[in-house]
Amino acid sequence: MTIAARTAKPSQFLKGATGDWEVVIGLEVHAQVASNAKLFSGASTAFGGAPNDHVSLVDAAMPGMLPVINEECVAQAVRTGLGLEAQINLRSVFDRKNYFYPDLPQGYQISQYKSPIVGEGIVHLDMEGGETVEVGVERLHLEQDAGKSIHDLSPTSTYVDLNRSGVALMEIVSKPDMRSADEAKAYLSKLRTILRYLGTCDGDMDKGNMRADVNVSVRKPGGALGTRCEIKNVNSIRFVGQAIDYEARRQIGIIEDGGTIKQETRLFDPGKGETRSMRSKEEAHDYRYFPDPDLLPLEFGQDWVDALKAELPELPDAKKARFVSQYGVTPYDAMVLTLERASADFFEEVARGRDAKIAANWVINELFGRLNKEGKGIEASPVSAAQLGGIIDLILDGTISGKIAKDLFEIVWTEGGDPKELVESRGLKQVTDTGAIEAAVDAVIAANPDKVEQAKAKPTLAGWFVGQVMKQTGGKANPQAVNEILKAKLGLE
Amino acid sequence: MTDLTALTLAEARDALKAKRLTATELTDAYLAAMERARVLNAFVLETPEKARAMAAASDARIAAGEAGPLEGLPIGVKDLYCTEGVRTTACSRILGNFVPPYESTVTANLWADGAVMLGKLNNDEFAMGSSNETSAFGTVTNPWRRRNPDGSIDPTPLVPGGSSGGSSAAVAARLCIGATGTDTGGSIRQPAAFTGTVGIKPTYGRCSRWGIVAFASSLDQAGPFARTVRDAAILLKSFASVDPKDTTSVDLPVPDYEASVGRSIKGKVIGIPKEYRVDGMPAEIESLWAQGIEWLKAAGAEIREISLPHTKYALPAYYIVAPAEASSNLARYDGIRYGLRVPGDDITDTYELTRASGFGAEVRRRIMIGTYVLSAGYYDAYYVRAQKVRTLIKRDFDIAFAAGVDAVLTPATPSSAFGIGEKSGGDPVEMYLNDIFTVTVNMAGLPGMVVPGGLDAKGLPLGLQLIGRPFEEETLFQVGEVIEQAAGRFTPEAWW
Repeated sequence: MTIAARTAKPSQFLKGATGDWEVVIGLEVHAQVASNAKLFSGASTAFGGAPNDHVSLVDAAMPGMLPVINEECVAQAVRTGLGLEAQINLRSVFDRKNYFYPDLPQGYQISQYKSPIVGEGIVHLDMEGGETVEVGVERLHLEQDAGKSIHDLSPTSTYVDLNRSGVALMEIVSKPDMRSADEAKAYLSKLRTILRYLGTCDGDMDKGNMRADVNVSVRKPGGALGTRCEIKNVNSIRFVGQAIDYEARRQIGIIEDGGTIKQETRLFDPGKGETRSMRSKEEAHDYRYFPDPDLLPLEFGQDWVDALKAELPELPDAKKARFVSQYGVTPYDAMVLTLERASADFFEEVARGRDAKIAANWVINELFGRLNKEGKGIEASPVSAAQLGGIIDLILDGTISGKIAKDLFEIVWTEGGDPKELVESRGLKQVTDTGAIEAAVDAVIAANPDKVEQAKAKPTLAGWFVGQVMKQTGGKANPQAVNEILKAKLGLE
Repeated sequence: MTDLTALTLAEARDALKAKRLTATELTDAYLAAMERARVLNAFVLETPEKARAMAAASDARIAAGEAGPLEGLPIGVKDLYCTEGVRTTACSRILGNFVPPYESTVTANLWADGAVMLGKLNNDEFAMGSSNETSAFGTVTNPWRRRNPDGSIDPTPLVPGGSSGGSSAAVAARLCIGATGTDTGGSIRQPAAFTGTVGIKPTYGRCSRWGIVAFASSLDQAGPFARTVRDAAILLKSFASVDPKDTTSVDLPVPDYEASVGRSIKGKVIGIPKEYRVDGMPAEIESLWAQGIEWLKAAGAEIREISLPHTKYALPAYYIVAPAEASSNLARYDGIRYGLRVPGDDITDTYELTRASGFGAEVRRRIMIGTYVLSAGYYDAYYVRAQKVRTLIKRDFDIAFAAGVDAVLTPATPSSAFGIGEKSGGDPVEMYLNDIFTVTVNMAGLPGMVVPGGLDAKGLPLGLQLIGRPFEEETLFQVGEVIEQAAGRFTPEAWW
């Protein structure tokens, strides 16, 4: 979709003193390639370790050292390109981006400038309310990460840790297709999901393994594009949203006050929730890009791409569509279930041979709810798919009620164990014996003659009796049977 | 034996193999010669202890019947090659006392084949120069001196060429049996021509660049200096290898180059490019070239005039491409991790002070040129156009080779060796013009070899250059040996 073609919905407009404004957003996401070794050296990419533990002669840019491309990183970039439905370029070129900085040992970053490995692609967003938005991917290229400068170890010196120096990054550049902070957050979130499905990036934003440069401009709805500002290195999805909201407001304020937006690079301060100027366009580096003469153009065959494609896992969009058609769940539930590959697998295991809607309900509401509350990932779930399936089976065959099932879920979560055995050993079995239920109903009726009279006048009071009976039976009475017997005895039919 | 250093590499090899000579005797003879010749300033670091230990190890291997192809042969190493545990500076102050913890692939190949390291040889700083005058260790004096018309010696010290001036001087003065060089625009061939030695720049990709301090990555290539064509062939066999650490090195079998030495050149087609007849070329160079043609014709080669129409653009294009790459390659010398650091008030100040005092004037000039031609707004006008010229130069050669030319014969240099200081004072282009016949070969990535062709009226050596098809160095050795046989060999009279 072209920039001009897509105008935000009026509900996305920002209100200013002079009327409505539309925000235009593009993202450059840096995603660390999941690989054991760096992009051009054999050094480890493991997180942590003492400073400068994972540094080879190449990473430290010793004299005479040469880069050698890591084939696995190339494969990961191609897989990612395929996951973004993008064009894979069978020939791409590595360039040098020249600038001086202590944590950039070579004095240049090896990147891809004019000929990236991946061309145009698409990311599909499912917005709340069932709306779908397509965001174009402009390109994806491979490049080296820099090291880290540490300024707080000494009052007079800066220390440099080169562990990250040379680690492979994918820079994924979107088109300026997003029109709200929510869309930008949804894009980043979806991109993260796709990368994690593919196994090409762990998406861990806390460790800086995925971070975004956010380009923001504002314009009158559908009008000419405004001057953009780039907010560098935002490292959480939430911050991306905050940064956009702040920046759009800031730009609208300036323009409405008769000012103009200067093209510049800005930083987001999460503490203050604001962006501030880092450097203007005039101060921008002249990177003197040119093809790296140490590296031949990167070339591979279509067969290699096809082989990688054949091994790709089912991706979130396809899985979501399948869940809707195969399991009859709603598109929204399908989206939630497929956010993580492991969650989707978990759901499928629970749903196998069972009512899929009930399974989806339990997985989303009980399990995900509980996991979120405790900040746990699906991998760390104390309740396995088999256990959750066992609980659902007990509901479906009438052994326990839905309410007891929730208690049982709690027991399995905290103590573990086989749901069926737990129901036996803890006496959680539902009472379906009408004799026992009748006795309990009789006892409640006998003890509350006044309520019986009231109930006859106001049948909704029957609910109170159900509650009393359930209490008497420790919640184990089959609620349907209680209802029927009560109604008969109270003469409500 | 009287003077062991007079033996060619092939002769010494055979004598060692026949146990008529030990590696230790040969090495001691060279160490003594090096000591006597310190006035030439060819070596910037002598490693006698290492040499003796390596020689002893060679003798042990020879005794055990495990001799390698270069067993016991004493070699000098250009200071651009990183040598493990041995100071490597590229003859620049900016590397200070840098001692690499690794060995370049080419020198590792040589040591693996049994060669003995005598020390590190002088060169122009970062290989930028054509006279060895830009070295932080000072100039090298050419062992050759001019002869006055009355036959007396003119004591004016002459340059040995550059950038591999230490290598050329040391091989000519018999301070080592062979030496390593690097050639980015003529840095092996021009010094070989100035000293009457044989030097070959192999096809780009034939030798690994790993562990060699980079000047211009797309042009740099390692190659040997030797006293004879055969010796150069023996050395190149060890130099050449595919290297997984250098992805621009090429995985092609390394031929037995020595086997091509002495093979008939009957029927070979030798191209004579008319564009190499430049204005103001000394008559002596012109006549040497004609002489070379006659020699090859007499040996049965077919001589064919060819055209390489883009030759005249090669030098200016070279002086865009090479500095551009150098400006980026030398960015790593920033005073942060190794080598010289001159602390400043802040990081930018530290960079500026370090690089201003660490790099010499010529290196600074080329970094400035390179930075300029890559700058926004100038990139297309300079760098991109230079790369297009490069493609055209390569195509000129492709067309000639496709038409059946086996090798191209040209002069090596526009003059014989000049005096120290004669061309280094004023216009840098004066110096750059030295490379006029050699840069095309680097721009096209082809193999080129210089063989001594004779002496000029001043008694100084002149060289002839042979340019071959990619990876057909064998043809160069084959043809080069014919010239060598016809011209004879040239040795300076020791005056030091």
